[in-house]
Amino acid sequence: MSFWTRHQIFEKNSIILIAGILVVIAIGGLVEITPLFYLKSTIEVVDGVRPYTPLELAGRNIYVREGCYLCHSQMIRPLRDEVERYGHFSLAAESMYDHPFQWGSKRTGPDLARVGTKYSDEWHVTHLINPRAIVPQSVMPGYPFLAKTELDPEAIADHLKTNRAVGVPYNEEQIANAVADLKAQADPDNAGTDAFAKRYPKAVIRNFDGKSGAPTEMDALVAYLQMLGTLVDFKLYNEKANLR
Amino acid sequence: MAETELDQVSGKTTTGHQWDGIKELNTPLPRWWVLTFYATIIWAIGYWVVYPAWPLLWSNTTGLFNYSSRADVGVELANLEKIRGDKMVVLGAASLEDIEKDPALLALARARGKAAFGDNCAPCHGSGGAGAKGYPNLNDDDWLWGGSLEQIQQTIQFGARSGNAKAHEGAMLAFGKDGILKKDEIVTVANYVRSLSGLSTSQGYNAAAGAKLFADNCASCHGENGKGNQELGAPDLTDKIWLYGSDEATVIETITNGRAGVMPAWVGRLDPSTVKALAVYVHTLGGGK
Repeated sequence: MSFWTRHQIFEKNSIILIAGILVVIAIGGLVEITPLFYLKSTIEVVDGVRPYTPLELAGRNIYVREGCYLCHSQMIRPLRDEVERYGHFSLAAESMYDHPFQWGSKRTGPDLARVGTKYSDEWHVTHLINPRAIVPQSVMPGYPFLAKTELDPEAIADHLKTNRAVGVPYNEEQIANAVADLKAQADPDNAGTDAFAKRYPKAVIRNFDGKSGAPTEMDALVAYLQMLGTLVDFKLYNEKANLR
Repeated sequence: MAETELDQVSGKTTTGHQWDGIKELNTPLPRWWVLTFYATIIWAIGYWVVYPAWPLLWSNTTGLFNYSSRADVGVELANLEKIRGDKMVVLGAASLEDIEKDPALLALARARGKAAFGDNCAPCHGSGGAGAKGYPNLNDDDWLWGGSLEQIQQTIQFGARSGNAKAHEGAMLAFGKDGILKKDEIVTVANYVRSLSGLSTSQGYNAAAGAKLFADNCASCHGENGKGNQELGAPDLTDKIWLYGSDEATVIETITNGRAGVMPAWVGRLDPSTVKALAVYVHTLGGGK
């Protein structure tokens, strides 16, 4: 029996054919995917990256909901011109807690991977309400309703839980206090700011939208935008050890 | 597998496959297609050899080219330094005054400053530096925190109310919100402030009361005659330049809720020679002191 005759066994029996296809695809998967879990060069551990605070996560959800990713990328590629304009190229670790990541593939607006601290909160608020109020040539739509819409805190604990289910290391305490933390981060006078700061060290506590009262969607989105790309201290980052 | 045979009708041979008595003609793919297919396989093997490709147990094959996108961008950036050349080094070392005296250095600083301005400053101050409501115009000679080269450099580096330890501090108080002045007092002092730059005052306005309120509440920062104080970032109220607007409602809003516009600190984001170039660029926009 020649090789090609043996092949008839697969061609004439669909169950064996399916099993054969699965085996072949599994080999491809093993070679391409498995090494990502054990190869050191594909797992970059970087100091400073932490899970999002509840307020930032809520802001991130708004970012996704409004489709910001359709015009803004969050991925500074290791290319000269991008590094010159936006700062250090993005590290994989910087989006390790993003589910899903917001790298994007199209830039109608600028990349936002390092927009945090680049502009003032007030600028973000004015600009989100009406971009042309400060950037006359902008084609970005306005999002004035964000400033008027109170943030719905109900679902935030579930969002933390969902993120934990896919690997973000939120602990029980963080999930139990999600609503309190969400309110504390947007209000420096809140009684819970100390507890919040303990749960999320180095996270910024500020009234992001500049208005008193319950946190708005604007608070959340600005809190998110203002922390983008600020977690890694590149003075402490070892370029040579992380070449790849 | 059955024997191949010549098909009488088409003149072609059959493949020898036979299912339920149906035979299949042998119609191979065009030769150019097949050759291209083989060529891509050979190309892939070449790719494995020269580029990083195969995962091993502890590392991966690095390839003969030793390609690394991160190393590449490092080389590119180093090349950029070289292209910019010694002049950028001179720029980094020279004092701000010397840069402005040397035409070649000045041109370089302005070119570098203009590019950095577009990338970083234009969203607030406008692409030509004309500013917007709440974001100062940099073309005029009216400066909140001082318009000398050193003062501009200081402001760019550390910002205003940016959270940086060396940032300019001091903000307009919220006289209404914090209950320092009553509503009618705010209207009176707003009219007085408008009168300082020759703007009209509303009916029934009491100039003497306005002057007294101003002296008691505003003069400590804005000066007795309203000329402002750059140490505190308190603007000159006697000129016709208004950061937030000069109409009565806006002035009342400013006095009621205060103002504390933020200029971010750029010291960690931009390297020192770029900050210098920016300082020179802004200084030479038209209003540098």
